[in-house]
Amino acid sequence: MKDALLKIKSLAKDELSKVNDTKALEELRVKFLGKKGELTSILKQMGKLSPEERPVIGQLANQVRTEIEESLTNRVKEIKALMLQKKLKEEELDVTLPGSKVTIGKLHPLNIVLNEIEEIFMGMGFDVVDGPEVEYDYYNFEALNLPPDHPARDTQDTFYITDNILLRTQTSSVQVHVMEERKPPLRIISPGRVYRSDAVDATHSPLFHQIEGLVVDKSITMADLVGTLELLMKRLYGDDCKIRLRPHHFPFTEPSAEVDVMCFNCGGKGCSMCKDEGYIELLGAGMVHPKVLANCGIDPEVYSGFAFGLGLERIVMRRYGINDMRLLFENDLRFLNQF
Amino acid sequence: MDLSMKWLNDFVYVGDKSIKDFCYDMTMSGSKVEGYTPEGKDITNVVVGKVLSVVPHENSDHLVVCQVDVGLEQLQIVTGAQNVNAGDYVPVALNNSTVLHDGKPVKIKNGKLRGVESNGMLCSLDELGLTIHDFPYAIEDGIFILGDDCDKTLGKDIKEAIGFNDTTVEFEITSNRPDCLSVLGLAREAAATYGIKRTLREPSYNGVDGNIDNELSVEIQNPKLCSRYIAGIVKNVKIEPSPRWMRERLRASGVRPINNFVDITNYVMLEYGQPMHAFDLRYVNGSSIIVRNAEQGEKIVTLDGEERTLGEEMLVIADKDKPVAVAGIMGGEYSGIMSDTTTVVFEAACFDGASVRKTAKKLGMRSDASSRFEKGLSPKNCYPAIMRAFELVEELGAGEVYNTIIDRDCSQVNDNPVEFDPKWINSFLGTDIPESDMIEYLQRLDFEVRDGKCYAPYERIDIECKADIAEEVARIYGYNNIPSTIIKGVAEARRTPEQRFIKSVQSSMVSMGLNEIETYSFISPKYFDKISLDKDSKLRDAVKIINPLGEDTSVMRTTIIPSMCETLSRNYNYRNMKASLFELGNEYIKTAEGKLPNEPIRLCIGMYDSEGSTDFYTLKGVVEELLDSLSIADYDVKLAGNDCTFDEYSAFHPGRVAVLIKNGIEFGILGELHPLVQENYDIGTRTYIAKLNVPEMMTLADTDKTYKPLPKYPAATRDISLVCDEKIPVAVIEKTIKSAVGKTLEKVTLFDVYKGEQIESGKKSVSYSISMRSHDGTLTDEQADSAIKRVLKSLKELDIELRG
Repeated sequence: MKDALLKIKSLAKDELSKVNDTKALEELRVKFLGKKGELTSILKQMGKLSPEERPVIGQLANQVRTEIEESLTNRVKEIKALMLQKKLKEEELDVTLPGSKVTIGKLHPLNIVLNEIEEIFMGMGFDVVDGPEVEYDYYNFEALNLPPDHPARDTQDTFYITDNILLRTQTSSVQVHVMEERKPPLRIISPGRVYRSDAVDATHSPLFHQIEGLVVDKSITMADLVGTLELLMKRLYGDDCKIRLRPHHFPFTEPSAEVDVMCFNCGGKGCSMCKDEGYIELLGAGMVHPKVLANCGIDPEVYSGFAFGLGLERIVMRRYGINDMRLLFENDLRFLNQF
Repeated sequence: MDLSMKWLNDFVYVGDKSIKDFCYDMTMSGSKVEGYTPEGKDITNVVVGKVLSVVPHENSDHLVVCQVDVGLEQLQIVTGAQNVNAGDYVPVALNNSTVLHDGKPVKIKNGKLRGVESNGMLCSLDELGLTIHDFPYAIEDGIFILGDDCDKTLGKDIKEAIGFNDTTVEFEITSNRPDCLSVLGLAREAAATYGIKRTLREPSYNGVDGNIDNELSVEIQNPKLCSRYIAGIVKNVKIEPSPRWMRERLRASGVRPINNFVDITNYVMLEYGQPMHAFDLRYVNGSSIIVRNAEQGEKIVTLDGEERTLGEEMLVIADKDKPVAVAGIMGGEYSGIMSDTTTVVFEAACFDGASVRKTAKKLGMRSDASSRFEKGLSPKNCYPAIMRAFELVEELGAGEVYNTIIDRDCSQVNDNPVEFDPKWINSFLGTDIPESDMIEYLQRLDFEVRDGKCYAPYERIDIECKADIAEEVARIYGYNNIPSTIIKGVAEARRTPEQRFIKSVQSSMVSMGLNEIETYSFISPKYFDKISLDKDSKLRDAVKIINPLGEDTSVMRTTIIPSMCETLSRNYNYRNMKASLFELGNEYIKTAEGKLPNEPIRLCIGMYDSEGSTDFYTLKGVVEELLDSLSIADYDVKLAGNDCTFDEYSAFHPGRVAVLIKNGIEFGILGELHPLVQENYDIGTRTYIAKLNVPEMMTLADTDKTYKPLPKYPAATRDISLVCDEKIPVAVIEKTIKSAVGKTLEKVTLFDVYKGEQIESGKKSVSYSISMRSHDGTLTDEQADSAIKRVLKSLKELDIELRG
């Protein structure tokens, strides 16, 4: 009987090693360990054994069962691993085939850059404020120290709706609304559409976007204006960016400045991009004119402030190297998809 | 303003600076330089030569061969010109020189002309870039024979020899600084920029005895528009070209020399910034000058030969019968200086800027004079200007100046000093400039500082308040020396709810694959027809631009839809196969007369797909998902009919257009474009458009979100298939199911709509999966089944049956 057990053991091990799939393995398990299996049938003969032999054979039988079970388990693991390996190998893909198309849309480049500028200013505590595009003459000109027949009105060719209603030529009109409606301290930017009767070409559009900035508080200085613009330009163009202020004239600021940024192309040496200037004109700015403060009911003896106006198209075009402003309003998908 | 550097150097010496540095320094101190042009920059290697002999060319009747002495050598030059004689001094273009031909630079090289060697070229004025206005004694189409006003040193560079070596600097002068539209004004700026001295001289003249009052009277009828008028008389005038130095300076300043008197008025205008006028006394009828408003409809032929019809608000200089000049803008044709003029009246006057500007604009004529007057000039400038004119008349020997003048001065002179407060200036600029430095800067600019006050020179009409003084200090101190500081104090920024709402619309649209567009806010009124808008739609009553660039951009859009259609059309025609676009833009809706329009913001969505996978439900899916993301729920969707509040309804396919309604508010319309509209836009595939009213959507959004506990008990799901009339919208069925199930309803999902075989014609089969769940315990089969029974009962009342 002992021999029979050992024979089963070696037979089982032998057959197990030859089996290569889980189904055959199951058959083997039934054959050796099942209720009608070979081991069971031997164990059924236990009763015929002497009391002395019974524990010895019993122990051996258990040992053989355990060993067969272990071999079986190991073999299952081995076969599963083999099969997995085979499956993985079969499933190999051409990873260079293109991915399935998921489409995400894009914001208009003007708004991509505007969002960035808004973030920069909100980080400095500037609220974003809107204002009407169709506007009274008063807000666009008169309150900004541009009375009727002021020569500076000539520089902004204006679309008129009636004698005293027009399409705003500058977002500066929002300054007046804000100062009328809120009390200092004020820190706002106001992006929006402005209109000038310029015929369409590569650098002109009768409609474009400006971003107005206004800060009014006690003891706001021109140095604060410089600091704010410097920060803006560094955020927009990197820490190496340098700005330069040139005296200029706007009726609603005094002192007034035009602000240039160092040419990105030549780093200030002068090239064809900056017309040999080394700098590129980017925006107008200045200290809010005391008359404008007074027009809006703010005492210029107590408060001071600064204001600036950025042309969004110019910044966007420079950012992406767009050489024709018309592209921004044509909305050709082949253009829009590039940003 | 074109500035002659030679002229400037008369007053302030900047010859030691390079022209580039000068331009930069002036720009940085506030006089912006646009560019500079050295005279004759394209003329090189051309020298003075003397013609020694002229003999006919052996092979040509119209060529001659000249021997020319150019100093170091003698050259043989062939020329076609007929006006060259032995002994003439001429410009000689040497081998490898450049001259102008038809305004473009060309190289001159030694060569042969009809077999005869020619080692250079004799030049005409044109080839040097000059005209006979510059050298009136020259002839138009011949070699320029140098006159006695030229340096005849042989071999001398021609530009130096004839005074064609000035440099013109082009300044962009802002409208507040008419004082800088003059050589003297820029000389002041240059001196202040460098902190150097400048030479000033009061003009003076000797004059001849003569009482002007016997010859002329001046009356100002409207002292508001003419605050000062000075007249002087020059007798026995000799009209001739002005001398070379004067012609040179005018040329470098961009003004064409005419004759001595016209040139003197221009010269004084350029030097002093004071426009002047010269009349022929013969044509001043009644010898009286009257400064008055024109009569309505009165006519004058101006110097440019145009007849102008005047209005009564315009100011004219008139004699007793007729206007002889439009004040401050242009003289009349018949009163100007002629070659036989014997007595000249000089005028130096001060006219109201706004009036000049209005008149010039209305008449459509601007002149150098009007562009100065309209910015506002000081009446004080008239006197030195006319004195300078007299001085020049005497210097040029052009006539005899009366030693009496008429000066009608109605100007109110007030010095209006501005407070000088160095502490305030520093606190305003954020600087720490010592008071003494400030005073020095101001003095450089000819300001007087005394007793805590600043007195600006009278030409500086722009100086009104302390901020103006701060600017003067800052620009001489240097804007770029102002430190950079951070605004004091903390401020908190936040977006308004509307801005946040718009941002989330944008991000939902983008995440669903739509591209954002930006279109013009003005459109053509024809676009209303293009979208088939009803003839009497209120949307046709648009805000109109009085002075549009063209019809295409002449009205403010009352609907955003045409802008989207145009964009889709453009993309389709660019062969972009597929487009899904959105725009967030304003419409402009008229309110009361004389009031501003409303500018409500709209979301417009537009899509097409030439390959056909986009349909009505694609668009609807996008809109549904958007509304879900904005927390707008429980809205109704219905087929739009004639009663739709959106007038654009007519632009859509009548069977494929829906309105979105919540709380009785129609807040959006979506659908397929009407085939005819689609055709109008030249789009060859079905096109889908939605317009959603953003402000309304904001009010409908449920912004208060509260957490609902996750379900503890399993859901019971039942699928049912129904048969009903095909005209019944599924929304009706869904509503019935919802109310019949009641509060255990979790979700109703439509999973099939079928028409065709096995279904009676005119009917359709719709299948729903109904999921129910209770928060109090597991629903039993009985509970679920009885809910379904209730559903079927309610549906039956609507003739909707369970599919057998």
